[in-house]
This record gives sequence, C-alpha cells and structure tokens, in this order.
Amino acid sequence: MSAESALSIREVTKTFPTPEGGEVRALDSVSLEVADGSFTVLLGPSGCGKTTLLRCIAGLESPDSGEIDLKGQRIDDVPVWKRRVNTVFQSYALFPHMTVAQNIAFGLEMDKLPKAQIQQKVGAALEMVRLSDLGARRPSQLSGGQQQRVALARALAKEPEVLLLDEPLSALDLKLRRGMQMELKRLQRETSITFVLVTHDQDEAMSMGDLVAVFDSGRIVQVGPPREVYLSPRTRFVADFIGEANLLEGAAAGGRIDIPGFGDVADEAMSAGSAPPQDGPVIVAVRPENVVLRPDPTGNGTIVDATFIGGDLHVEVAVGDTLLSVRQGGPGSEALAVGALVRVGFAPGSARIVEP
Amino acid sequence: MSRARGTGESLKNFPLFGLVSALVFAFLYVPLVFVVGYSFNSNRVVTIWKGFSLDWYVDVLTNDDIQRALMNSLRVAVVATILSVVLATGLAIGLLRMARSGRTFAWSLIMAPLIIPEIVFAIGTLALFVQVRFPLGVEAITLAHTAFCIPFALLPIRARLRGVDLAVYEAAADLGAHEWTIFRRITLPLLMPGIVAGALLAFIISLDDFLVSYFLAGAGGTTLPVYIFGMIRNAITPGVNALSTLLLLASVIIVTLSYIITRRKR
Amino acid sequence: MSTTEAPRRRRRGGRAGQGSWWAGAPGLVFLIALVLAPLVIIVIYSFLNRAKLGVGVKWTFTVQPYVELFYSESLSGEKSFDPVYLQILLNSALYSLVTALVCLALSVPIAIWIATRPARWRTALVFLVTIPFWTSLLIRTYAWVIILNDNGPINGALTGVGLLQQPIPMLYTPFATTVGLVYSFLPFMILPIYASAERFDFRLAEAAYDLGATRLTVLWRIVMPAIRPGVIAGLILVFIPALGSYLAPELLGGGKTSMIANVIAAQFGASRNWPLGAALSVMVLVITMLVLVAFAVVTRRSSRDGNRQQLESFL
Repeated sequence: MSAESALSIREVTKTFPTPEGGEVRALDSVSLEVADGSFTVLLGPSGCGKTTLLRCIAGLESPDSGEIDLKGQRIDDVPVWKRRVNTVFQSYALFPHMTVAQNIAFGLEMDKLPKAQIQQKVGAALEMVRLSDLGARRPSQLSGGQQQRVALARALAKEPEVLLLDEPLSALDLKLRRGMQMELKRLQRETSITFVLVTHDQDEAMSMGDLVAVFDSGRIVQVGPPREVYLSPRTRFVADFIGEANLLEGAAAGGRIDIPGFGDVADEAMSAGSAPPQDGPVIVAVRPENVVLRPDPTGNGTIVDATFIGGDLHVEVAVGDTLLSVRQGGPGSEALAVGALVRVGFAPGSARIVEP
Repeated sequence: MSRARGTGESLKNFPLFGLVSALVFAFLYVPLVFVVGYSFNSNRVVTIWKGFSLDWYVDVLTNDDIQRALMNSLRVAVVATILSVVLATGLAIGLLRMARSGRTFAWSLIMAPLIIPEIVFAIGTLALFVQVRFPLGVEAITLAHTAFCIPFALLPIRARLRGVDLAVYEAAADLGAHEWTIFRRITLPLLMPGIVAGALLAFIISLDDFLVSYFLAGAGGTTLPVYIFGMIRNAITPGVNALSTLLLLASVIIVTLSYIITRRKR
Repeated sequence: MSTTEAPRRRRRGGRAGQGSWWAGAPGLVFLIALVLAPLVIIVIYSFLNRAKLGVGVKWTFTVQPYVELFYSESLSGEKSFDPVYLQILLNSALYSLVTALVCLALSVPIAIWIATRPARWRTALVFLVTIPFWTSLLIRTYAWVIILNDNGPINGALTGVGLLQQPIPMLYTPFATTVGLVYSFLPFMILPIYASAERFDFRLAEAAYDLGATRLTVLWRIVMPAIRPGVIAGLILVFIPALGSYLAPELLGGGKTSMIANVIAAQFGASRNWPLGAALSVMVLVITMLVLVAFAVVTRRSSRDGNRQQLESFL
C-alpha cells in the first residue's frame, strides 16, 4: 500500500489557539493515503480542517503530532522551501512586481537551475497552460482565469511530487469554473503528478476526484471514490453534505426497520451495503430522486409544494410531521398537484442506514 | 450662491462655504507668493519694490557661508533619510510580528516625536548629547533628525506592507525561497514605492527642520534653516527670500514626487 | 472567502517569509536612545542644581527648579510669591487655545466644501492643503514678517489708497503671533476634519432635507456630529504643537509676547539655567499628556490610535 502511496498521512493533529485563550482542534488524528498519480479531493464545509491539512503537507503549518511521509520519506520536519511539494494558493499569490514568466521562473531559480534550462521550462509551463503569448504581462493585466493558469504553471514548473490546490476555483465565476475543472483534469492526466485539491464544493469534488475524503470538524469521516461516497454515505453528515438527502428517524427491531408514518421499510428498499441493523433508533437516508410517489387517495403523504426546475419536478411531501424532498422526472407528474394524496415509497436498494 | 433650497448637487452646498474656502486657500498661499515675489526685488529693503533682478540669487548662491550651510543641510538630510528608511523598514516588518504590548510600546516611541512639542524634543536631545559628551554638530543633528524622520518614513512603507497578500510570502517559501531571499526578491521590491515615498518625505522633513538643528548645531553644524534664521534676525534682505524660494521649491517638488509615487497604481 | 480555515490573524513566529519582530529591534533601540532617553534626561535634569559655570547641571538632587516656578528670589535671598513662569505657561495655553479655535472656524467650511466636490477635484484640493505642511515652518513664519511689516503689503496698500495716514504697527504684537500660529498649524485642522467629512454619507443630509430640515439644521444636527472625531483630532493636533511654538512668538511677537518655548530656549541659552528649562519642559509635557488623556476620555477611545489614523489619512 505505502509503496505506491505518494503521500501518507498518519494521525496528524493540529490545534490553534483561539482569541479567547482557548484552543480549537483543526485536525483531530487525521490519517490518509494518497495514491501516486491520483487526483484526491479533500471535501468539507469551511472550518472543517481540510485547508489546515493541506498547509501541513505544504509545510506552511507544522502538525502538533503525527507523521507525514512523501514517497516514503518523512517530511513533517522538513522546512517548506525544501519540500518537493508545491501549492496553488486560493488567492493565487502571484508576485505582483514580476511578469508572468518571472513568476514561473522564480521557483526554478530557487533550485539554482542553469539559465537556459529555466527558460526552456518556463516556456514549456506556459505552453502547458496555453498562455505562451502572455509571458511578458504583469499579473494585474490578466483575467482571473489567466491568473489561475499562471499560478498552476508556476507550481507545476517545479515538477513537484505532489501538487496541492487550495480552493483553486473559488474565485472564478461559474462558467469559467467548469472549464477550469476540465483543464485541471487534463493537466493531471498529462503530467501524471499527484494532485490534492481542497474544496467545499461537492459538485467540484464529485466531477474531479478519483478519491474523495470528506472532512467534518477536523476528522475525515469517509474516504472513497466519488460514486461510492455519494451512493453509500457512511454518516448522516456525509449523506447530508454530499447531494441532498432525506434523513428519516426510525427504529430497528429484530432486523426490521420501522419509520413512523411509513410503517415497516421493505427489505428490498434497503441498499445491499447496509449491515443488518442493531435494535434501537436508526437514521435512514434516501436521495430525493429515489423517493417514489404513487397517487393514492388512501396514501400516507400529502403534496405540499410542486415546482418545475429545469426538466425536473421538485416536490415537497408531508408524511406525518416529516417533510421529504422528492425529484421526479418526465411523465406521470401531472397527478402530483398540491394537496394530492400519495403513497410514498423508496426505490429498490436506495435506502441506507447511516451513522448519526 | 442661492439661498433657496435647490435640488440634487446644490443641496450639498452650504451658504458661504465656497467663499470661506477660497479665502482660506488665499490665506495659505498668498504669503508664500510674497516670499517668492520679493526675492526678485532689486532693492535692499525687501518690501519696497524697486525693480526686477536675479542678483539676490547670484548673491546667495555664491556666498561661502551659505554654501557651507547648504552642504551641512544636505549631509544631514541624506544620512538621516537613509538611516530612518532602513530603521523604518525594519520597524514596519517587525511591528506586524510583535505581540500586542510590544506593538503599543513601539508605536508610542515611533509617534512620540510627532506628539511631543518640538522644543522639548530639541532641548532633550541637547541635554542628552551634552550628558554623554557626544559633540554637537552635523552628526548630532543627523541622529536627532533620524528619530523624527522615522514616523514619516514608516507610514508609507507600512501602508504598502499592509496591502501585500500574505499568501505571496507563503508562495515564495513554497517555491523554495529562504527568509532572506524572500525579503530580497519579494518583500523589498513590493515595498519599494513606499520606501521611496517615505524617503522623500523624510528628506524634506530633515531639510526644513529649524528648531532641533538650531540647538544641536554647535560651532560647525549650521544648516540652511539655521543660517536663514540668523539672516532674518540680523538684516532682512531679499536674499532671505531668494534662499527661501529655493527651499520652498525643493519641498514642493519632493512632496509632489512622493505624492505621485504613492498614488500610482501597482 | 469564508473557506479558509487557517486563522488569518497574525501569530508570532509562525508564518513563512513574513520576517520576525527582530526586524524592528534596531529601530526600537534607536528610538529608545534618541526619543525615550532625552525625555528621561529632561525629567532628571529638572531635579538637579544648575551648574555654577558654563552649561549643564550639577549632579545634586533638588526641587529648586520647581520652586522657581512659583517664587522668585531677590538678591538678598528673600523669596516672594511670583508665578511669572506659570503665567507664561498659561499665556501659551491661551494662545494655543485661540489658535485652535480660529483654525476650527476656518477649517470646518473648507473641509466640508472639499468633501462635497467631485472625487477627481478632491484629491487635488487636499494636496493643495497639504503642501504648506511640507514647507519650512521658518519660511512660512518669515512670510508674515514681510506681510505685517510697517512697509509691508498690507500697510502699503492701505496707505497707498489713502485709508491710512500712518501704517498700523502689526508686527511684534500678540495679533502677529496668533496669525503666525494659525498659519503654521491650519493644515493640521483641515486634514482630519476633511477625513471625517469625506466618510460622511451625504444621503443622510438628503434624508434630513426630505424630513423638512433647513440647511443650518442639517449642518448642525447631521453633519457636525458626523465630523466630530475629525474636529477632536484637529484640536489636539493644533493645540499641542502650538503650545510648544518657538518661531511664531520669536519672529512675529518680538520680545513682547514670549511663549513657553522661548523661555525654555532662553534657559538653555543665555540664562544658563538648564534645570529650570527642564522643569518648564516637564510642565509642557504634563500639559500635553493631560490634553491627550482628556481627549481620550472625551472620545472614549485610544487617542493614540485616533491620532495615528488621522495622520495616516494625509500621509
């Protein structure tokens, strides 16, 4: 495992003092293996510790305890300027007094490369991000998207073992962001450098990552490929944070799950991955698109709201005291008018028990 | 100026404020115009106009004592400027990294020369130099000037430093630069406009100073303002105006330069 | 924006590349030696005896300099109550107060006027106000020596058009000193008031007009409270340097209107009484401090911060 790991992070803990004199635990015994040549995404809401982990890997913060290995070599005591890891900063952090080419050359000059080689590498880096014409410009003369590319080129020119990207797309508008997501994927494929990207945007994480690590309050709560994390959320937090989820509280007894208002949940509705529940209270997560509504005058649900958004019908259904979000596409939706009674069910294999 | 309540822009105008403003501007500049105007008077008596002449300029510029005073002034101003800019740059950087109590103490020290009445500062430094047997003269003046030039040098540098995205330093370190390299390649070039503006301000503040120089001049340390003060007390001729005009000109040019550098976009 | 979890506040010794507090150490040492030490020496000197001959002090403790503030000693050694120095101190404070108030009256209209001009004019106008601040105080004071002269332009014009038979003596009067002081420190009042006025949202004035207020009411009830911080900063920035003024009373007041700075200078010059000069300086420092504290209480915030912000606003 660790032989093919670019980065292995073991039980890293980091606390910061608060202004009130207390402490906040930004990272709480975090462990993570990042495979060589992968595109790993650290996902979580703001304040969850993901940027702190990135800064610990870069060497901009030092962990209180734990170990970080880069290609099998321990690096957490190596100063930032010696680590073969480079960062694309959220604010880009381009040097405003240097041209684009000088910005890219800076890191290579620090490596004391010969002039000709620097020139050649700067040219290659500019070409890679398709900015060959703009080498003589100042950062202030570039658009946000172009600045982003310069920041990328500057970090990639050093050919790091791992490239760290701290919310690299957050300053771009939506349209540019989609384009840059593709661009980042392409660059990662072409360079086959390991990318570790931090984001709070789940769509970004889903569309870009080979592997997604979901953070919650300083801990990694789930690691896996995007599809797996989406389909099989392990905890209530993950289910709720990634995509939308209806979280229903029920009780398990003798292998059967009862949710008030729904009655017993049919076995075939439960996802295959779910372990047979322990007796006691449980939380069941169901995605809006997996809720099935059938018009039925004796049904258990009442339509509270129905709105077309794009091609989909977004429906709010009240079952007892619980409100469910439902997404339905295509035909049959005429009958789902506000006030209509429906029978609410779950698509086969779509309901999942999550940890609280 | 209409007294009737107008609309739009005119609502911002208060009666007579425009007139008072014009008078205040006149009050600020007319005296200087007289200083300059009479410098071209060929008469020995400043305020009785006899005719246009540049003789007084020739007169003061060829005067040995004045040349010596000018050289003293320049020596003081140049060295005080360099010293104060170097110290202020260090202080600007250091201040950002100090604990709160240290910062408060440092700020009080930096700003003190601007708040304490100059006479107290002047005789205080005089007493200090006499006490530690540091000879009065150009060097003593230079040290004292450096102290009150520091705040003027510091403010533009600090303004510049605070405008820098902190991530820029981290990016430099991330790309492989050491502390000293970061300072030389990143911090210093970014601060340079502030440093130049601060240096220019420090230079005129030193060049124009009279009171501190007057007390610390000793036997050989007469600066230009101290010399002019002597001329005013002994015999006022348009020569005083000619010298004053040159000094005014220097101040205006330097301030304008500093202003342009500060306002220029990055 | 809100996604950066790493704390943005400064931490000591942490972040890469931002230097350390040690960078400020040489500056601090210098300032301790050349700003703090002179003040300490002044206080020490004020408790020492005067040297019998020449300059300086004799290193024996005494409170004599402070006694001299209240009593004078005749040749026969008799002490009598004679607070002549305190009177001069009070006199100087009065001059400074009048100067500050005149500056205030002149500055409020011009500061508000500039603040209500279009943006591109404002910077130019402010720059015009700043220029005199950066020119030599000596030359600016000298300018009034010329103007107020018996043969000067004012008297010349008035006698020229026949309004006066004889020139009015204006130079070497308290009036001349006051004009000189106002002229010296006027920018210190205009700039902070302008800084406050510029931040004022004139839509508030429009709202007041809309509610039926007259111009005078708007000025007094809406604009003035908004520029109060500037006014207070301006009063400090004019009063304190005016209190220690040397040049205006020296060149424009002649021998008649000495202010405290001239008396202090005399003790370190011809009178050769350094301890008395030091004691007088301590009094000036005490007044300065009292003024700063009083204003800090009035504004309920650190006056140091206020001053710094005001200063930065025009540097």
